[in-house]
Amino acid sequence: MATNVVMPQLGESVIEGTVGKWLKQVGDRVEQYEPMLEVITDKVTTEIPAPASGTLLQILIGEGATVKAGIVLAVIGAPGEEVTSAAAPSPATTAAPARASTTRLTPVVARMIAEHHITEAELATLRGTGEGGRITKKDLENFLKTRARPTQVPAWEQPGTGELFRPTEEVLQPVATPTRGAEEIIPLTPIRRTIAEHMLRSKQVAPHVTTVHEADMSRVLKFHHAHSAEFEKQGVKLTYTAYFVQAVVAALKAFPLVNASFTDEGIVVKREVNIGIAVATDEGLMVPVIKNADEKSLLGLARAINDLASRAREKRLRPEEVQGGTFTLTNYGVFGSLFGTPIIHQPQAAILGVGAIQKRAVVIDDMLAIRPMVYLALTFDHRLLDGAQGDQFVQKIKQFLEEYPL
Amino acid sequence: MAVLTNIEAITRTLQEEMRRNPDIFITGEDVGVRGGVFRATKGLYEEFGERRVVDSPLSESSIIGIGIGAALYGLRPVCEIQFADFIAPAFNQIVNEAARMRYRSTGDWTCPLIIRAPYGGGISGGLYHSQSVEATYAHVPGLYVVAPATPYDIVGMLRYAFRVDDPVLFLEHKKTYRLIKGEVPDEWYTVPFCKADIKRVGTDVTVITFGLMLHETLRAAEQVATEGISVEVVDPRTLSPLDKETILASVKKTSKVLIVYEDNLSFGWGAEVAALIASEAFEYLDAPVMRVAGPDVPAVPFARTLQDFFMPNAEKIARALRQLAAY
Repeated sequence: MATNVVMPQLGESVIEGTVGKWLKQVGDRVEQYEPMLEVITDKVTTEIPAPASGTLLQILIGEGATVKAGIVLAVIGAPGEEVTSAAAPSPATTAAPARASTTRLTPVVARMIAEHHITEAELATLRGTGEGGRITKKDLENFLKTRARPTQVPAWEQPGTGELFRPTEEVLQPVATPTRGAEEIIPLTPIRRTIAEHMLRSKQVAPHVTTVHEADMSRVLKFHHAHSAEFEKQGVKLTYTAYFVQAVVAALKAFPLVNASFTDEGIVVKREVNIGIAVATDEGLMVPVIKNADEKSLLGLARAINDLASRAREKRLRPEEVQGGTFTLTNYGVFGSLFGTPIIHQPQAAILGVGAIQKRAVVIDDMLAIRPMVYLALTFDHRLLDGAQGDQFVQKIKQFLEEYPL
Repeated sequence: MAVLTNIEAITRTLQEEMRRNPDIFITGEDVGVRGGVFRATKGLYEEFGERRVVDSPLSESSIIGIGIGAALYGLRPVCEIQFADFIAPAFNQIVNEAARMRYRSTGDWTCPLIIRAPYGGGISGGLYHSQSVEATYAHVPGLYVVAPATPYDIVGMLRYAFRVDDPVLFLEHKKTYRLIKGEVPDEWYTVPFCKADIKRVGTDVTVITFGLMLHETLRAAEQVATEGISVEVVDPRTLSPLDKETILASVKKTSKVLIVYEDNLSFGWGAEVAALIASEAFEYLDAPVMRVAGPDVPAVPFARTLQDFFMPNAEKIARALRQLAAY
C-alpha cells in the first residue's frame, strides 16, 4: 500500500513551501520519521520526516519547485510496487489540487467556505464528489465533521469591526477642507511626479532596512588637505563625495551581491559598477550615474562627479546619464544631516547615505580623542541581503576610509 | 376514518356544507340532473333541489357573472367550470370583476365565490380537455388559486374555501378523481390556504409540485430512494399566494431544487417558484434550480404516444432527480 508524502502546512499562514533538497533518492529505503527532504518556507528550512517506512518509489516534485500545502511530493511503498494513478497525482509544480481550478463553487459552497473560514489549503485537500469533481455542500459538511483544526478561529483572525478595522484608504480619506485663500495648489511637475511615484513604488516593492555605521575620516581628510591644491591645478575641485564613491567601489568589489537586483526569477548580479550620485536641483532630486566607476581614479571620479552634478543643476543631462546605475550614493551631509534612512533607487539593492563630517570626541585605546567622524547609513533590500551582509558591506567602506592610503 | 377518492371528497364536502349553510348554491353545466360530467355533484340536485343546484347555459362568462352577482348579494355560490379548458370566456368576470372587487371598493364589498375547475392531462382528453390553467390565474392578485391533490387536502381546503370572503379558483386534477384514494378523519377540520405541506421528508433534493405531479413525484422519490437519493416533496397546495416560508426552509435544508408542473414549461407557475428561490435562497443553492414540465407546445395532444411525450411522469422526474443529486 503506497503512502503519499505531502507538502505539509508549516504554520498557520504558510500555504506553500519550496522543496529544498531531497535527502533520499528514488529506490532508497526510508524509515518512518526519518528526514526525507528539506522544505523551505519564507526563511526557514525544515526537515520533513517520512510518513511511513518503505522504499521511496517516486519523487513527483523536484528540488527548487514551490507547491501548495497538501500537494503530493513523493510516494513511499513496497519495493517494486506499482504506483497507482491515485497515488501519483497532479502535474508537477503548478499546484493542481484535487479541485479543478476552473470549476465554479455553488452559492451555498461559497458561503460555507466563508462562514467556516475554510482555507485555500484545506480546500485543496478536498476531493469533490459532484459533477466534474465539483465540491458539493455534502463534501463540505463531511469535511467539517472530520476537520482536524478546531473551527474556533483565533481572535486575531476574526474580522474586526469599528474604526480600527476599516481599510486604511477609508480612514485616511482626506477631509475636504475649504481651500479658498488658506492654501494654494502647486501643480506637479513631471519630475516631481516621477520622484513621487518612484519613492512610493520602491517602498512598496522592497522591504527597507537601514544600518548605520561610523567612520573616522582622519586619513581621508589628511590626504585631502595634502592633495586638493594639486587637483585644483588640474582644474578639478576635489569633493569628499569622490572618496565615498571610491570606498563604495571597493566594497562592491568585495561584496558583489550588493551590486545586484532582486527579481522573481532570481538575484541579478551586475558586472558593471555604475554609481548613481544623488544631486539636489531646483527642480528636484536627480541621480546621474558614473558609469564604470571601478575603472576611474580619484581624479577621474572627482571630475565625473563635478561634471554630472553641474550639468544636473543646469538640466543638461542626457537620458542615458541617469540610467543604468547599480548602486547609489547620497551625500546629505552637505546639508548638515548627520544620518538618514534613504530610499533605495529601484531596482538596485542598496543605497549609501553619507552624513556630515563632524569632529567628535571618540574613545581610542581608552583615551579621548577628537576625530572627524561620519555616519554611514546603508539602506538595503532585505529580500536580497541579510543584515549581516549589509553590515559587512558598510564595514568594508569604513575600513577603506579609515585606512585610506596617504 | 373513511377512505375516499378525490371525487368523493369533493361531493361529500359540498353536501356537508350545503346542509350546514342554506346560502350555498351550485351552478354550472350539467351540475344538476346529470350530477356533473365527473359526477362531482351527484345526488346534490336530488337532495337540495333545482334552486340550489342550478344547470347553467353553455356560457362560462354567465356562470361566473351570476356567481359574482349572487356573492355580492350575500350568497355563497359554487361555480363549476366543466373543464378548466373552458374557463377562458369567464376570464374577464374572474379577473376584472371578482378578483378586484375588494380592492376597488376599498374593502366595502367582497366576493366570496368558489370556482371549481377540473384541469390537467393524461386522460386522453385531447386539446380541449387536458389543459392546466394555474399560471394565468396565479398571476392575478385578489384571487386564491388552490390545487389540493389528496382527499384529506381537498376536504380541508374546500371547507376552508367556504370560510374565506374572496374568490377561490379551486383546481381539481381530473385524473386524480378516481385514481387517488386516501383517509379522511371523521373529526371536522380545515386546511388553511397558503400553507404548504411536506408530503415526504428527505435531505438531498427538494421537489416542489402539486396535483397529479405530486403523485408522480412521490413515485419517483420512491424509485430513487433505492439508489440512495433522499427526496423531500413539498406540496404548496395553494399555488397563489405561495407559502414562501415552507418552500425556502426546505430549499435551505437540501440546497437542490426541482420544480415539477404539467403545464407548458415557459412562463409557468414554476418560474415564479424558481425566481423566489433565486432571490431569497441564493446563498443556499448547491445546484441550478431545475424544472420538469410539459413542453412548449400549444396543447396536450390527443394521440396516446404524443400525450405520453407531453406529460411529465415518475420516470422523467426520477431522471432529473438523479441529475440533480449528482451535480
